[in-house]
Amino acid sequence: MKLFKWCFGLLALLITCGPVCAQQEPVKIGVMNDQSSIYADLSGLGGVEAARMAVEDFGGSVLGQPIQLVSADHQNKADVAANLANRWYDAEHVDVIVDVPNSAAALAVQAIANQKKKLVLISTGATSDLTGPKCSAYGAQWTYDTYSLAAGTARALIQEKALKWYFITADYAFGHALQADTTKFITAAGGEVVGSSLAPFPTQDFSSFLLSAAGSSADVVALANAGGDTINSIKQAREFNLFQKGKRLAALLMFISDVHSLGLNTAQGTVLTTGFYWDLNDATRAWSKRFFERRHAMPTMTQAGVYSAVTHYLKAVQAAGTKDPLAVMKKMQDTPVNDFFAKDGKLRPDGRMVHDMYLVQVKTPEESKYPWDYYKVLRTIPADDAFRPLKEGGCPLIAN
Amino acid sequence: MFGIPAQVLFGQLMLGVINGAFYATMSLGLALIFGVLNIINFTHGAQYMMGGFVAWMLLQYCGIGYWSALVLAPIIVGLSGLVIERLLLRHLYNLDHLYGLLLTFALSLVIEGLFREYYGVSGQPYEIPESLRGGFDLGFMFLPKYRAWVLLASIGICLITWLVVEWTRLGSYLRAATENPMLVRALGIRVPNLITMTYVGGVMLAAFAGVLAAPIYQVSSIMGSNIIPVVFAVVVIGGLGSIFGAVVTGFMVGLLEGVTKLVYPPATNMAVFAAMVVILLLRPQGLFGRRNY
Amino acid sequence: MTAGKFILWTCALAIAIVLPFFVYPVFLMQAMALAIFACAFNLLLGYTGILSFGHAALFGSAAYVCGYAARSWHLPTELAILCGVGASGLLGFVYGILAIRQRGIYLAMITFALSQMIYFIAVQAPFTGGEDGLQGVPRGYFLGLVDLGNSLNMYYFELGVFILTLLLIARILDSPFGHVIRAMKGNELRTVSLGYDVERLKVMAFVMSGALAGLAGSLKALALGLASLADVQWHVNGEVILMTLLGGLGTFFGPIVGAFLVLSIQNYLATLGGIVTIVEGVIFATIVMTFRRGIVGELQPLIEKMMGVRGREHRGIRPRGYIIPSP
Repeated sequence: MKLFKWCFGLLALLITCGPVCAQQEPVKIGVMNDQSSIYADLSGLGGVEAARMAVEDFGGSVLGQPIQLVSADHQNKADVAANLANRWYDAEHVDVIVDVPNSAAALAVQAIANQKKKLVLISTGATSDLTGPKCSAYGAQWTYDTYSLAAGTARALIQEKALKWYFITADYAFGHALQADTTKFITAAGGEVVGSSLAPFPTQDFSSFLLSAAGSSADVVALANAGGDTINSIKQAREFNLFQKGKRLAALLMFISDVHSLGLNTAQGTVLTTGFYWDLNDATRAWSKRFFERRHAMPTMTQAGVYSAVTHYLKAVQAAGTKDPLAVMKKMQDTPVNDFFAKDGKLRPDGRMVHDMYLVQVKTPEESKYPWDYYKVLRTIPADDAFRPLKEGGCPLIAN
Repeated sequence: MFGIPAQVLFGQLMLGVINGAFYATMSLGLALIFGVLNIINFTHGAQYMMGGFVAWMLLQYCGIGYWSALVLAPIIVGLSGLVIERLLLRHLYNLDHLYGLLLTFALSLVIEGLFREYYGVSGQPYEIPESLRGGFDLGFMFLPKYRAWVLLASIGICLITWLVVEWTRLGSYLRAATENPMLVRALGIRVPNLITMTYVGGVMLAAFAGVLAAPIYQVSSIMGSNIIPVVFAVVVIGGLGSIFGAVVTGFMVGLLEGVTKLVYPPATNMAVFAAMVVILLLRPQGLFGRRNY
Repeated sequence: MTAGKFILWTCALAIAIVLPFFVYPVFLMQAMALAIFACAFNLLLGYTGILSFGHAALFGSAAYVCGYAARSWHLPTELAILCGVGASGLLGFVYGILAIRQRGIYLAMITFALSQMIYFIAVQAPFTGGEDGLQGVPRGYFLGLVDLGNSLNMYYFELGVFILTLLLIARILDSPFGHVIRAMKGNELRTVSLGYDVERLKVMAFVMSGALAGLAGSLKALALGLASLADVQWHVNGEVILMTLLGGLGTFFGPIVGAFLVLSIQNYLATLGGIVTIVEGVIFATIVMTFRRGIVGELQPLIEKMMGVRGREHRGIRPRGYIIPSP
């Protein structure tokens, strides 16, 4: 009986101590991404490194306590991500989760963040639903989304008189969404979709779809897919001489790591929209060279986004004087984002961080003068044009 | 026909045949291994991937080009297969077939994991050799030279393998060993060596397919696991252990996928598995399989 | 039940009750769901002798159906679980009907093909959400009273279901049906000669295994709040085999031990980067080469020896092709 009383007392003490103890705990940042599966090169360990750099550059401590950084591999699985998020928020006192590639995982983690009232800053997760119907007061989407990719590439190419489009679409939710979003812009800007092929997801061999695309009257062949599908499509597009008849290739979602693995010979001429390029200006170059020293690869837009998001978060914590999620989020929204990643970027109430995007084209081998000199910037898409207007997203937080 | 212009139809059928040739080469190795060892070599996908990777490594680190890689890569990967068979597989022969399947599955996890850890998943650039670039304008489609080469090479290797198995003395030993290993041993033929050779042969075929694939598909650590389910289906439909079955079914599956892409694209990935269920229901041992295995 | 066994069970129960205060409850819930999944698989392979390489589809389809029932049809939790179980039981029936014409490897491959088909359907079908997965599955209320959104409550609910399921499996194995399927595994021809309708029994085994796998899938969907494509991928087939083999094929507690271990490896090594699959592969290979009876399979004879109890039956896979009955 005595033992029972003791145990009960100890338990009560622990439970009450919990919230009290939490006040004195240091800020803990958790970087969750795919380190072993198809998206491992987009962010992966590079994203973790970017977060580490942000913490170091910030000084390593905030509110008088050292900043803790943890990371984990969600293996591109939504349930592993959900599990990790639950455990991190509940048992390990993580204050903010960063990165989260894979739209399913990102949606799951944002829902959990909303429930547990903790923050999540998404860099790699793509779906625009994160700032639309599934938006959260505790979540932010930093680097890009499917809407901005579609808007950027479609509008920009049509301005360059590429009016007829052919889609090769990965037959799943992401591919369909990307095609639908892009089509809206095409038709709004006066263009026309002359045909499309639905490729099963995933596919190794795009020859039959490329054949149909080659035979069509399209000016642009748009790839509404990502990762390995995009790489295979481009490789085989070159093989099947798609460019001979003057067609352009638009990859709706592509990263510099993809270009690196394709090689310039194969990828040259491809048009894409990106949120960041390492070689834009002195500031981006300076940071990227530091990143290169650690990772031996130039940063992708999502890795740069992780750095920017973490830095902005830490600055907000310091300015607000507290870890309290909503207070920090308000500070993040009130302060413009000004670093090498974004100039006068703004975090909107729906969680969308709006900043300039860039329409780029992959250089030819002759145009490339040094390693990783892959893109030439065709035009800069100003922030307000690049992202979906606040009222159109369907985010329940935005009163109409 | 079917409301599809003849031009498009022929183009897609052509592509289907080429893909089928590819499947045939892959299935060949699997069928060979199963026929003699009674083991489903799950590592086949990883060995195919290693073939592609070794080809890339030969180019990257030794400056050795495609044509030599076609010969060297299978040999190198074949050696790894030798190690696997001698050290590991050998001990499982007198046990349930399940264990062989599980071991090769485990090995595929390890091999793919190691390559992924070291090289990532986006893949490495590997280009079509100079001599095979460009293509032929066939009127109904543009046929890249390289694809035509893949077709020829696949048919060639299938023919060679079939000839060796059916017409040479070595082949006759193999066939006898599958039916009655004890007796073959009693006749003085070293069955364990035969078995090792068969496994290595199957592995070399997988690696060869990997080198063929390198210029057109992504050379990455996951290229094997993308293709393995279909190849299994092909081997099972053809009849486990029947080399002829594997080759013929490979081509048929390629054509089936080509037609499905035209008629009802969403079902393309599923088509081969649906076919497998139907065929196994009608003919339980596969199209050309033996009743007892 | 002897006094010794009673104390053992009470202790185990006590540990299970206080465990969520020390170990993260959601992890425990997932482990229990996977343990049931492994037990379901073990029922088929370890006791009936049928290797199914398509159990992932049974697990995952139930997760989707239960999740959809709970989220979009707003069914109470118990009914949602029943929907999931019903769906996978039905699927198990289909598997059984199609598979019984086959033996051994061919049977395994048919189940593999069926599971691949389900995977591709899951990728396409609108209700599954494709790549996004089925999100936002509510946990609901137990009997309309207890809020299962609280992880602790949900844990105890699942613990109850888990214990009941184990009792059910034990009952099945002890029943005449359980004995006959073991006879089938040992020697099918002789079982036929004794007058048993082997085909019908195999189908029943498939249905039961399917339903149990579905129960596991439903519990997992509720615990995590989502069902995704990862549940129906073919790699899951390999994982469940690993769990069962690691724990001990043909033993009662083996799959449970195996499931807990494999889940722990996956979660706690996740922080080390991508080496999880490599570690799994190495463990798998080691078990297959040297450690075939699995943990429980190795330990049980030792424990029984220590307690002076004679072991009742042979565990694990018999040598010389007993899993795949010789024609």
